[in-house]
Amino acid sequence: MADAVVVHPGAEAYEPSWFRTYSKKIGMWLFLLSDSLTFGALLFAYSYNRLSTPGWPTPFHVESIRNASIMTGFLLTSSLTMVLAVLASSRGDRAWTRNWLLATMAFGAGFVLLHAAEWNKLIGEGLRWPLFQTLFDLQPGTNPEYVAATRNFPQFGGTFFALTGMHMLHVTIGIIYLGAVALRKMWLPILGVLAILCWWAPGPFHYGFYVLLFGLAICAIVLLLKPMDYTDHDIEVSGLYWHFVDLVWMFIFPLVYLMSTRISS
Amino acid sequence: MGNVQNTPHRADVGVVDSSVQHAAHAHAAPTGFIRKYIFSLDHKVIGLQYYFLALASVFTGLILSVLMRIHLVWPEWAIPGIGIIKDEQYLGLLTLHGTFMVFFVLTTAPQSGFGNYFLPIQIGAADMAFPVLNMLSFWTTFAAFIVMLGAFFTVMPIAGWTSYPTLSALPNAGSLPWGQDLWLLSIALFCAASLMGALNFITTTLDLRCKGMSLWRMPLTCWTWFVTAILGLLAFGVLLSGGLLLLLDRNAGTSFFVPGGLVVNGVQQRHEGGSPLLWQHLFWFFGHPEVYIAILPGMGVASQLLSTFSRKPIFGYRAMVFAVMAIGLLGFMVWGHHMFMSGMSPYTAFAFSLMTMAIGVPSAIKTFNWLGTMWRGKIRFYTPMLFAIGFVSLFVSGGLSGPFLAQPTLDIPLHDTFFVVAHFHLIMGVAAIFGIFAATYYWFPKMFGRMMSESLGRLHFWFTFVGTYAIFMPMHYEGMAGRPRRYGSMVVAGGLFNRLAALMPLEKFISIAAFVTAAAQLIFVINLFWSMKKGEKAPVNPWEATTLEWTIPSPPPHDNFAGNTPVVNHGPYEYSVPGVERDYVMQTDPASVHAH
Ligand SMILES: [Cu+2]
Repeated sequence: MADAVVVHPGAEAYEPSWFRTYSKKIGMWLFLLSDSLTFGALLFAYSYNRLSTPGWPTPFHVESIRNASIMTGFLLTSSLTMVLAVLASSRGDRAWTRNWLLATMAFGAGFVLLHAAEWNKLIGEGLRWPLFQTLFDLQPGTNPEYVAATRNFPQFGGTFFALTGMHMLHVTIGIIYLGAVALRKMWLPILGVLAILCWWAPGPFHYGFYVLLFGLAICAIVLLLKPMDYTDHDIEVSGLYWHFVDLVWMFIFPLVYLMSTRISS
Repeated sequence: MGNVQNTPHRADVGVVDSSVQHAAHAHAAPTGFIRKYIFSLDHKVIGLQYYFLALASVFTGLILSVLMRIHLVWPEWAIPGIGIIKDEQYLGLLTLHGTFMVFFVLTTAPQSGFGNYFLPIQIGAADMAFPVLNMLSFWTTFAAFIVMLGAFFTVMPIAGWTSYPTLSALPNAGSLPWGQDLWLLSIALFCAASLMGALNFITTTLDLRCKGMSLWRMPLTCWTWFVTAILGLLAFGVLLSGGLLLLLDRNAGTSFFVPGGLVVNGVQQRHEGGSPLLWQHLFWFFGHPEVYIAILPGMGVASQLLSTFSRKPIFGYRAMVFAVMAIGLLGFMVWGHHMFMSGMSPYTAFAFSLMTMAIGVPSAIKTFNWLGTMWRGKIRFYTPMLFAIGFVSLFVSGGLSGPFLAQPTLDIPLHDTFFVVAHFHLIMGVAAIFGIFAATYYWFPKMFGRMMSESLGRLHFWFTFVGTYAIFMPMHYEGMAGRPRRYGSMVVAGGLFNRLAALMPLEKFISIAAFVTAAAQLIFVINLFWSMKKGEKAPVNPWEATTLEWTIPSPPPHDNFAGNTPVVNHGPYEYSVPGVERDYVMQTDPASVHAH
């Protein structure tokens, strides 16, 4: 028995599937449900800290908001291209599926790069985690407002970097995920090069090296175990993840950026 | 997106493709040792891997508790290899005992172990919905286990299995580097693994039930695994966030959980703006559902066994299912009852108290239904049945102190005493362990193809049952007398606890009972491994039970049903059906066996 080839029964042997859809999609929805609780807990922690701190600072200016709005635009556009990728795959148009996926990744990468530039700028101006100081041997910040916020309200920087960092991590995972779907094994060397480039990245983005390396390992394992090409289900399921990450940003942007902005100056 | 899915083409593909999905994990049974037993995709092998991981953990936890009982009564004893146990080490033992038991035993064995093995078989599936994810889930749990073991060999974490800040957040408050960090890392890994497992369980239950296995024909074990998976899916994500934030507090200088102006050992802390209460909210939002994650599968096993061995249908099947759902739902609304002591608006406390009391209703429904199932049944007292009855007994004994602790006015004096230790050990700890034992004795013939020794099993039951009551009943009394928990030995001449010296004989009694009960577990281990090799060969259906696992060979073949998915015509509890020759009807028997 042990060596016999197993033929698993087809769908007709089972009760009709719930939600009239395939298992992978249900699995992804369930993951997103739990992930929304993970983010929910972080947002709860942020709100709890903020409400229990009288005089929470609002140091962001129009400039930050402008930058964050452009980032938001990138992310929204990437959702649009993702929808187009799903449409193309349901038409059976594999060339355009891949093109739209690559476009989605490009807009996602644009978001991460802009975000990275924003982080580095804020860190340079004095908005920091206490850890950054010891890790990177930083100069004192150039913007007295951020310096004061960091000194008097360490939780301001703490929550800002924790929330946006967690979101950035999710976008990065999304890009790695879409790359594995769109490019299969071709993605592995590209990811490797990107990881090595990260080694020389300034500030905290040096640590992106480890994130990408870890992603590379996971991709390699998955592609080894499942060497076949993607189906339109894979596209749809990765799309669910991508839209979810966009949706999370729609909570983080107002809660972290807009609510910490002083409009008057 | 909605637009895309609603086109008829997409809808078609969605349904038809289920076959592609199932066909996609058509695979040959692996032949190499590594693919067969180590990196196996077979849910049965993974279930056993989880089970043996839990077995290793439960003995780790047991040894820790013996060391704790030694320290409490004979603190001057030098243990070979360890030396004299100091008070801080007692806290370390307490922390790791709780952690191993709650996470790696009570969460792992009933759900991930037996659930993995028997959920697919009981619903007639060839495997879980996502076999690769299943394997990753186990190996992530294993990594978590190794990291937690690492905490032994560093400075042990001392903040308890709840890891309350500020103690857990401030290295110089006692939670030195490494121990607590490894604890948090391990728990984060464990959360990730549990999330993978949970979504796999839910999808499997929703998608892979064989023809005729409607939700209302699922055995109650499947119902409890299903609801437990939903609880895990919603609870572990929150603990993951909390754990990551606490790691940041310890290593990145943030202060989510540390208030400002704290002075520890004369040193002003560099933290400001956080709140230890935030951790308690995040932790207990996970923590209370966690106790149901531990106990619900045990309830399922008890229901299954009480019906089978009483030769009677389960009393109130649907009521049982709704009670499980109600417990799951209410379980998310009561976390505040762990925080009455921490300071809370009386109105909030009142709401949490009321909700907590409300859980008594579905719990009582379950208890009375178990009793109703046994009432006037032709009871067969085999070892699994003894443990199932023991489960009900412990659930009642431990549950009765629940309504006391649910009231803030009573909870505040009792919360930090042994009364609470007795309460949760009976209802959540040992009751769930009895569920694991019952499941082991019941399913062992199916898993290993041999019977366990009945006489050793009974001996094991009576030692464990009497021993458990001997250990934990006196603890209620100690708690009411004011014996605080999480304190090292009281045997310090002229110490703070002189006033409790009168309790010393009782403490000694508990310790001796604990040693005997711990030693009695060797009977189980001997029985387990001896029976694997030498036990009597098991027939296909030794207990004359009705569910699907008893229709296939013992042990089951690689793909469970040899490529044929069974067709189910009956509910899971058709025992002593009037007008039927045998006193049970298999779920797969032809529909014509009796008119219903
Ligand atoms: Cu609770």
